[in-house]
Amino acid sequence: MKTFPLRIGTPDGLLFQDQVERVVVRTITGDLAILAGHCNYCTALGMGEAHVVLEDGTVKEAACIGGMLSVMNGTCRIMATTWEWKEDIDEARAESAKQRAETQLATKDLTEQDYQMAQAKLQRALVRLSVKK
Amino acid sequence: MAANMKAVKLRMKSVQSTMQITKAMELVASSKLRKAKERAETCYPYFAELHETLKTIANGNTEFTSVYAKEAKNDKYCYIVMAGDRGLAGGYNSNLFKAFETESAGQDYVVLPIGKKAVEYFKRMHVEILTEEFAEISEISVSGCFEIAKLLCKEFSEGKFGHIKLCYTKFVSMLTQQPEVFSLLPLTDLAEDGKVSDRKDLILYEPDSNTVFDAIVPEYLAGLIYGGVCEGFASELAARRTAMDAATKNAGEMIEKLNLYYNRARQASITQEITEIVAGAEEL
Repeated sequence: MKTFPLRIGTPDGLLFQDQVERVVVRTITGDLAILAGHCNYCTALGMGEAHVVLEDGTVKEAACIGGMLSVMNGTCRIMATTWEWKEDIDEARAESAKQRAETQLATKDLTEQDYQMAQAKLQRALVRLSVKK
Repeated sequence: MAANMKAVKLRMKSVQSTMQITKAMELVASSKLRKAKERAETCYPYFAELHETLKTIANGNTEFTSVYAKEAKNDKYCYIVMAGDRGLAGGYNSNLFKAFETESAGQDYVVLPIGKKAVEYFKRMHVEILTEEFAEISEISVSGCFEIAKLLCKEFSEGKFGHIKLCYTKFVSMLTQQPEVFSLLPLTDLAEDGKVSDRKDLILYEPDSNTVFDAIVPEYLAGLIYGGVCEGFASELAARRTAMDAATKNAGEMIEKLNLYYNRARQASITQEITEIVAGAEEL
């Protein structure tokens, strides 16, 4: 199958840079797959599972949270806020983060900001756990 | 002569203690620098890629519905200026301010200073300051950058200013740091003039350009600000290390010279004493 160059960057560095067959991510409007020969494209990423199909057919799964995806002249760039490969996710930490967020959400007197923070934390933990499962 | 010797001795002592301080500062800066350099290096690819991506988008953009993409109506600039928290870093802060002054000459602008020195500088110059909340550059994390980005986006979309520029010091190497200013928003400022061709490749935005820009611009600003903070902090430490290294060397040279002078004075006084004694003995 035809391949195309993919670059994945986060504030923690350039995590991936290689030829791939396919990349699937969750955008703000839903899941999306990019194949070779895509037209120039730009969208924002949501929170969710993502996977990359490498040249030799192996699938690498990851948790992807926030950022942007662009395809420019055949090169696909994913600039994510966080991008964690499945093997790098700390399950215990995600689990405890989930519980902490849940207990915080269960308390009644939360300010709007705190509520949103806790909600976002819960979302992130759930994404990580669902990738890891 | 004896009084002179005492003065020289005192001076040597004071130079010595200054040298101790500069030496200690150098050591502190170099140990901190190692970490900061690592951080700047891991962050740099993201910073460069993000900037590059937005530049290509800006060059090919034909959708000007979003407030972030269309040409600015307001001529006011907002500068994000990243200086250090402390002085004694050679020309680090003053070089940055000089670069800023040349860039901003004749413009109407507000600033968002990051770093205590930047806050002090703009207060002294009576420049309009957007917020002083982010005074300490060493304490800014990724989430802090997101806060700054959100604030800037809000003010920008309300039309308080029409352009955003970032002014920081690029970490070229341990010995070279280069102050730099570049545009962040709107996207029309990012497009390189020479590169805009008549034929543009259309870009597909999904769901639409407004939603996409609203979602990615804060992210983009935060990413670039974080990159600037990392680079700036590493540059500051590197500049301080070089400056303190030079200061320590100079102090060493001074002590050597003073020592020579002191010994000469000591010898002269001994010789004089001997001559006096001999002359006195001959009189007897």
